[in-house]
Amino acid sequence: MEAFLHQVFSGLANGAIYASLALALVMIYQSTHHINFAQGEMAMFSTYLAWAMINAGVPYWAAFFLTVIASFFIGLTIERVIVRRVADAPVLTLVVVFIALLVILNSVTGWIFTYTIKVFPSPFPEQPLFGPYISSHEAGVVGITLVVLLLLFLFFRFTSLGLAMRATAENAVSSRLAGIRVGWMLALGWGLAAAIGAIAGMMVAPIVYLDPNMMSGILLYGIAAALMGGIDNPFGAVVGGLIVGVVENLMGAYVVGTELKLTVALMVIIGVLIFKPTGLFGRSFVTRV
Amino acid sequence: MPILDVKGLTGGYGTTDVLNAVSFAVEDGGITTILGANGAGKTSVLRALCGMLRVSAGDIAFSGQQLKGKPTETIVRMGIGHVPDGRGTFLNLTTEENLRVGAMTRRDKAGVAEDFERVYGYFPRLKERRNQQAGTLSGGEQQMLAISRALMLRPRLLLLDEPSFGLAPLVVQDIFRIMRTINEEQKVAILLVEQNASLALELADTAYLLETGSVVMSGPASELREAESVRRSYLGY
Repeated sequence: MEAFLHQVFSGLANGAIYASLALALVMIYQSTHHINFAQGEMAMFSTYLAWAMINAGVPYWAAFFLTVIASFFIGLTIERVIVRRVADAPVLTLVVVFIALLVILNSVTGWIFTYTIKVFPSPFPEQPLFGPYISSHEAGVVGITLVVLLLLFLFFRFTSLGLAMRATAENAVSSRLAGIRVGWMLALGWGLAAAIGAIAGMMVAPIVYLDPNMMSGILLYGIAAALMGGIDNPFGAVVGGLIVGVVENLMGAYVVGTELKLTVALMVIIGVLIFKPTGLFGRSFVTRV
Repeated sequence: MPILDVKGLTGGYGTTDVLNAVSFAVEDGGITTILGANGAGKTSVLRALCGMLRVSAGDIAFSGQQLKGKPTETIVRMGIGHVPDGRGTFLNLTTEENLRVGAMTRRDKAGVAEDFERVYGYFPRLKERRNQQAGTLSGGEQQMLAISRALMLRPRLLLLDEPSFGLAPLVVQDIFRIMRTINEEQKVAILLVEQNASLALELADTAYLLETGSVVMSGPASELREAESVRRSYLGY
């Protein structure tokens, strides 16, 4: 029983990370219907930025927030400089651009920081503070994810800018006709997604260690989570993340073994696409004529 | 002096021109209507004005400023409210959020609050449904919402694309009556594009008849109403 609870809680912690990445994917998907395959590598690059700062003697939380801000601007710049130029191109062009971005970020990071695996610190103490079933880092990951969610909710629900971004995601033409600078809203979405991804990267790095390929598996879980929750629903992305995290952990511990854990994510993706393409909370669009 | 003066407007989609040297004007505070059958190019005219259609030739002067080549957002911010065909409702936002989106570019909080009350005064139904998801509103209510959203910009010119489309006759009459009030109370000039010629000619002071992308007749609305060809093809008597 204790082992089982431990698996559940550590699944929740992993799930919180998948949820963050899924949230980043949904953020971009909602407004552009693009799945940013480079989301994971962007997060990985951000985590290296944090590592470089911490290594240079910057205190952890300062490095954390500087990384989040820097990632926001990197995401914004990628949208303004690269993505907007191909925004109206056929889907295949976009897929190629995103995969190119993935490979470029991966190899540039490897070139700058080498492929040697690095230890990334956790800001949370070694000894478990919240009982025997969950480590402090795992509890911290869940806590930080909840804070991020709350901040995002408040931003989208109660600020003008949040409303403008929601409007843009739903109907770009009508938003333009209301005078909203739609291009900038899309760029902001990329910035926010990159910032959320950076947090996911910094949270997962103490668990999986830092190396240029650390996010490839996580991205798959993130996509599985986003699809499961409904790719256009931020709330669904989070629930999907938590479900995928727990299921993956339990399957890994009791059914398929750790080697096949990633297969679980792929099975979730295929299963959702076949049996419920809109996901658990996805909207199938019904409009009144 | 007209608030909108369009001369020789030519343009279209891709490489095909659907508008062929269209010229018309809207007087400041006046109501102009462009009539025409399905596919005559009415919606395209409105899109061209707002930078949503390729314009290859011609001039679009809005109170003396050239609109051609400007992005939609900039044109809208100059004071043009566009009520698009299909109403362009933000279905997942509430009624009130839809209106807030309409007022997004404004910084005068007091004025925005005043305009909220004003549009709720014109359309009390919207006030009743202010916290309801706009996707659940009826067609007529969504049309009211679209007009109100455009009014929240405090435009000097209102472009209306087939506001009667798909609505019950009683609702249409209601909406046309309120458009008259808006025009008189707020001194907003209106450019109305319509298939329903008899209603449009009743409301407007100036009218243009568009056929396959060209203006074939124009004049005071009362004159067009009497014209033999208009009566036969568009009024049906």
